[in-house]
Amino acid sequence: MSSAYALELKDLRKSFGKTEIIRGANLAVSAGERVAIIGPNGAGKSTLFNLISGRFAPTSGDVLLNGQRINGMKPYEINRLGLSRSFQITNIFPKLSVFENLRCGVLWSLGYKYTFLKFLADLDDANERAEQLMEMIKLDKKRDVLGMNLTYAEQRALEIGITIAGGAGVILLDEPTAGMSRSETARFINLIKEVTVGKTLLTVEHDMGVVFGLADKIAVVVYGEVIAFDTPDAVRANAKVQEAYLGSSVADAQAGGGH
Amino acid sequence: MKKYYEFKPLNLGRWVVWSLFALVLALIPLAFTSSLAVTILSQMGIAIIACLSYNMLLGQGGMLSFGHAVYTGLGSYLAIHALNSVADGSLPLPVALVPLVGGVAGLGFAVLFGWVTTRKSGTTFAMITLGLGELVFAMSLMIPEFFGGEGGVSGNRVIGKPFLGLTFGPPLQVYYLIAVYTFVSVAGMYAFTRTPLGRMLNAVRDNPERVEFVGYNTQRVRYNAFIIAGFFAGVAGGLGSLLFEIVTAEVVGASRSGAYLLFTFLGGATFFFGPILGGILMVIAFVLLSEFTKAWLLYLGLIFMFMVMYAPGGIASLIMMNLRVASFGKLRTLWVSYLALAVTFLIVLLGAGAMIEMIYHLQMNAAMGDEVKFLGATLHAHGLNSWFGSLFVMLTGFGLFEVTRRQFKLQWGEIQTEIEKEIKRRETA
Repeated sequence: MSSAYALELKDLRKSFGKTEIIRGANLAVSAGERVAIIGPNGAGKSTLFNLISGRFAPTSGDVLLNGQRINGMKPYEINRLGLSRSFQITNIFPKLSVFENLRCGVLWSLGYKYTFLKFLADLDDANERAEQLMEMIKLDKKRDVLGMNLTYAEQRALEIGITIAGGAGVILLDEPTAGMSRSETARFINLIKEVTVGKTLLTVEHDMGVVFGLADKIAVVVYGEVIAFDTPDAVRANAKVQEAYLGSSVADAQAGGGH
Repeated sequence: MKKYYEFKPLNLGRWVVWSLFALVLALIPLAFTSSLAVTILSQMGIAIIACLSYNMLLGQGGMLSFGHAVYTGLGSYLAIHALNSVADGSLPLPVALVPLVGGVAGLGFAVLFGWVTTRKSGTTFAMITLGLGELVFAMSLMIPEFFGGEGGVSGNRVIGKPFLGLTFGPPLQVYYLIAVYTFVSVAGMYAFTRTPLGRMLNAVRDNPERVEFVGYNTQRVRYNAFIIAGFFAGVAGGLGSLLFEIVTAEVVGASRSGAYLLFTFLGGATFFFGPILGGILMVIAFVLLSEFTKAWLLYLGLIFMFMVMYAPGGIASLIMMNLRVASFGKLRTLWVSYLALAVTFLIVLLGAGAMIEMIYHLQMNAAMGDEVKFLGATLHAHGLNSWFGSLFVMLTGFGLFEVTRRQFKLQWGEIQTEIEKEIKRRETA
């Protein structure tokens, strides 16, 4: 069975103890689509990301990446198959420089694996790619600054840089603009758009301005289920969504275009 | 495409540093010629390799091992057995290569034990290494055929045909053999830090979770690094066998493992050259300090505590911080404070040392009367005056030290802010 979908969730379920957090989520994302996942707090958005990226194993159901079953695989195995994610809480290498952070993200995808018989300085492709990434995320002036000494916005950019470094086709961004000011957010969204051209993108996002600015399609997750998955306009008009978001930010966004 | 990031046509600084290192190794026996000195220098070479290999785990990989002596020690044992096989003709191997047997043994045991220990990280890793260390030490008493029981296993390095005129009879020849191994090992371990595996090891230390999401299996990274560290540890152990020509069970013991940890930390785990300083200090402490006073372990413990509290980056980081200050031309302003710190610290040490020596005298040599010679002065271990005097000196010293330390801290902070400002200014300029 061949699948045209870059990422597909089939009746995905996850329980922690007796509590079922993800209750039969279904989603099919085509290659190149930008999907925003929205939903109330505690709906299971981050858990969904954790299941897809291999941080947790699902209790039942399937996750398909380009038609291949990846549920139950380790995060690094999934990453090698072309899926990469960022984290809601900044998750970089604090004692390595910006350049080293990015180079660490690049090494595996270029096939260097665990080698200790080559010098990093001689790996022209890896170094060039890291330099490129540094320019893309606009940190080229901070090349040798340690991750922990960057500003918050810079760390968020580096987080994205590491995520896209390996050239994965499917990118998961968990609240990329969390904790940013409005002007930073606007700039950051443009950055995300730039660096993820041609990729399949899934973001968890609370900021409705961001959602409607970034996404081709919106998936609404409520109580561990995807209750709607459609274009922004269709989702806004969706009765089930309006019910779940009673007097909520979707309606606000519709009215004001912001949040 | 332009390659502006790696424009280093001839990395002069690196050549200078490594040539100097080689030169020091080659020439230092000319400065210290006594046979004791040559032995000490040889031990320093070995300790440098051992501490650097330990730091591959601690400093570069964030793996706090309590059992590194297992790999140096088993390397020693395999090497001494190999040496004995060479002697009875069953193993055709030049004596100069026997340390490599130790290395291969260290590697082999790291493959075996590391498979268990590196499954886990953090506290669990530390606990497993501790357990394994105890296990191997217990084995050393259970299998006297291999470990030689209490007497250990002895050998003789002057065997076989002289290789290029080298018999390894004279200590100086052994020193130079060790020096060559030291140079190559240090260079090898430095090179390791510049490789993909070496860098990913740092990444695993910093943030193992993130490493999993950039395609690397953190266990594999730790395991591979552990094996390489085991190899160099084994080389150090093998060199020890050639130097001492005897191996006893203490080489796999917990106190040896503890010493690697302690001195790697003292030297400084955050910089590559830190453990080199640590290794040198280790030999100085074990050979020289132990001659100087019976209470040397106590002093060592005090120094360790002091370092952990005030300079957790070890001596290497102290050096680097001051170099940074110096590079901004601000070190001059600190001389007075450093002098004051040193003098007040010595006063504390004087008072504390006098009391420590008196306590040791009372416990150990009470039969020899109550007179204690301390730095040329005569103290009376039962006399109130001596105790009162020592205590007074120590407390005065401590008070003065604390005052100067606070003063220094303020001054240091000011200098750091000035440097930060200067960096900002240069960035924008």
